[in-house]
Amino acid sequence: MSSAHPPSPTENVATAPVVDACASCSVYRAANLKKLGVAMEDWDFVVALAGNPNTGKSTVFNALTGLRQHTGNWPGKTVARAEGGYAYGDHRFKLVDLPGTYSLLSTSLDEQIARDFILFGQPDVTVIVADATRLERNLNLVLQILEITDRAVVCLNLMDEARRHGITVDDRQLARDLGVPVVPASARFGRGLPELLQAINEVATGQVVCRPQRLETVPAAIRPALTAVVGELEAAYPNLPNPRWVALRLLSGDESMVDALRGGQLGTLHSLATTESNKE
Amino acid sequence: MPPSPSQPASQSDQILAAAKQWRQQIPGDLHEHVVEAIYGQAARIAERSVSSPSQAARPTFDRSLDHILTSKLWGFPIMILLFAVMFWITITGANIPSAWLSWLLIDQGHSWLRGIFQSVGSPEWLTGFVVDGMYLATAWVVSVMLPPMAIFFPLFTLLEDFGYLPRVAFNLDRLFKVSGGHGKQAMTTMMGFGCNAAGVVATRIIDSPRERLLAIITNNFALCNGRWPTQFLIATVFLGSLVPAVLAGLVAAAAVTSVAMLGVLLTFLVSWGLSRTLLKGEVSTFSLELPPYRPPRFWQTLYTSLIDRTLFVLWRAVVFALPAGAVIWLVANVYVGGESLAEHFIRVADPLGLFIGLNGVILLAYVIAIPANEIVIPTVLMLTVMTTGLQDVGAGTGVMFELQSGDAVGQLLTAGGWTTLTAVNLMLFSLLHNPCSTTIYTIYRETGSAKWTMVSTLLPLALGFVVCALTAWGWRLLSVAPG
Repeated sequence: MSSAHPPSPTENVATAPVVDACASCSVYRAANLKKLGVAMEDWDFVVALAGNPNTGKSTVFNALTGLRQHTGNWPGKTVARAEGGYAYGDHRFKLVDLPGTYSLLSTSLDEQIARDFILFGQPDVTVIVADATRLERNLNLVLQILEITDRAVVCLNLMDEARRHGITVDDRQLARDLGVPVVPASARFGRGLPELLQAINEVATGQVVCRPQRLETVPAAIRPALTAVVGELEAAYPNLPNPRWVALRLLSGDESMVDALRGGQLGTLHSLATTESNKE
Repeated sequence: MPPSPSQPASQSDQILAAAKQWRQQIPGDLHEHVVEAIYGQAARIAERSVSSPSQAARPTFDRSLDHILTSKLWGFPIMILLFAVMFWITITGANIPSAWLSWLLIDQGHSWLRGIFQSVGSPEWLTGFVVDGMYLATAWVVSVMLPPMAIFFPLFTLLEDFGYLPRVAFNLDRLFKVSGGHGKQAMTTMMGFGCNAAGVVATRIIDSPRERLLAIITNNFALCNGRWPTQFLIATVFLGSLVPAVLAGLVAAAAVTSVAMLGVLLTFLVSWGLSRTLLKGEVSTFSLELPPYRPPRFWQTLYTSLIDRTLFVLWRAVVFALPAGAVIWLVANVYVGGESLAEHFIRVADPLGLFIGLNGVILLAYVIAIPANEIVIPTVLMLTVMTTGLQDVGAGTGVMFELQSGDAVGQLLTAGGWTTLTAVNLMLFSLLHNPCSTTIYTIYRETGSAKWTMVSTLLPLALGFVVCALTAWGWRLLSVAPG
């Protein structure tokens, strides 16, 4: 990038004047973002948008698709799935806005919708929108999602608010600890979205391989049960990408998981890396 | 390659059996173990990357504002006042554009369109059906609905973006707990103030099926988009006119506030009653997040609430007004045994209607307007013209005629036998009657139960009859006005 640019690319890339130096920067491709609204036939990749309530998922969704899902400053606003599309570079993406939830472990319908989509919908990338001002609580959901999928991007939203409150987040350290790309953003003001698009693209196309952090210490009380059921699952489904999560859901008697096992749906789940290599 | 999609049944059964067996051997609660582990790890990771100043992360402004807005003493008065102010702005602001729209679409537009139809030699029945039925119903809906919505929705959205709604939910939470409902019912009620169908879908955030049913059944007590304009119009025309012009707006706003509050009160009472009879059970706990106050982005909010919400709702109203207009024209112009269908119905329904302080016309209007509450007032006006025989006001039987202002609406309805009691009871009945067909269908889809759909549909209707009958009885007893 030329020296004429301000030091923080986050702030100005999207509006920077078109010069050659910019066009050669990968981040600049955000200018090629084409908002497709609901016209999203023939997508190349499916991207799920998950996160805690009131972290700005719908704002991110609107900014990328050009749709105008109603947004509001209160938790529990989106309860159903909304879908939209965008094109970035040479690829078309279908974006699915999931209901905001604090966890994926309970029985309420909104959590079930989010949980089942991330597991059975097998999105190519799951974007987890997290509130930078309440990172610890948001990480609870991030860690649960990383148990399910190995292709995720964390969008660290509301960075403007965090800054106002004097909070700083070391996004590189966070990315190292989580094993997935972390993109700081202020979606309300369009900041960080070019980088987010870039990160989604890289994970979707396999340019960046995630090594997600999975729960390092399994509580002693459930270790024997978990090990046993995981063993059974791995013997039956050697390609299952997330045997530990499936085992956990089976142990807690999750009905949609029991149905998936009975109906043979579980056998169709396998790590996306395998899918890609099978295609080629 | 993945294994074949369907494993032998025995294998999955074996896994399930193992899971079941192991589940019983886990000491304590599985859920708690997992949550604890996740929380621990989240805390460790957050500690490594987040640094914040030693003082509380939340600025003092937010906290002191919360202190006032959710205070036990001031929380409710401020809430009621805020809503009353919003209603007042809506009522006083909507008058002028309403009169202007009605001049444009009804006075000018209707005769212009009629002229065109006649000049191309259209038969009278076709002109009547299309111009006097479909066009006029739609024009009425636009002129009655658009101005209040264009003012009310942006105001409501600004309050929402600022972050006030979760505080309302916080204030109401204690009452919901007492009445046996889930605290999140406050959220779905807020959603219902926009649209009951959306409110019913929003109950998905409630875990317990019992509490979810409570929230679904009581959602109709939140006045929706389609009913606000009815409230605003009737309150302005009948109640505002009882006092000097200076106070008219205030009185009308107070009346609308009271009806909205009555809805909230009934939400509690009905939840309380149901959770002690049909829907007994424990109250579950939940945590409610009070998000930070955010300065609303004024112009963007204005734009999106106008484009998305106002025009969206208006479009829905128009879509329903077109066929409804046709139906209205037909029931007024299809004669059976010397009387039109509408006259038959009104003659039969009048005694019941008058007994509960309404009239047969209003009851018929509510039957025709089941698809959308938005078209109640236009339907009432048209039917009134027909039955009072005020042919010189309208352009003919079954025609929604031209009225220039709220005053003319008042004069016409008074000529149709309306009193202050009729107006008050119409406002009550608008709050308490069956949900629109869209909402009924949504309730069926969400509950999957015909029984609970029936309960949600008929309970408010029954309440409406009881409340209106009681009001009429008390009114006549006190003979506040000749009823």
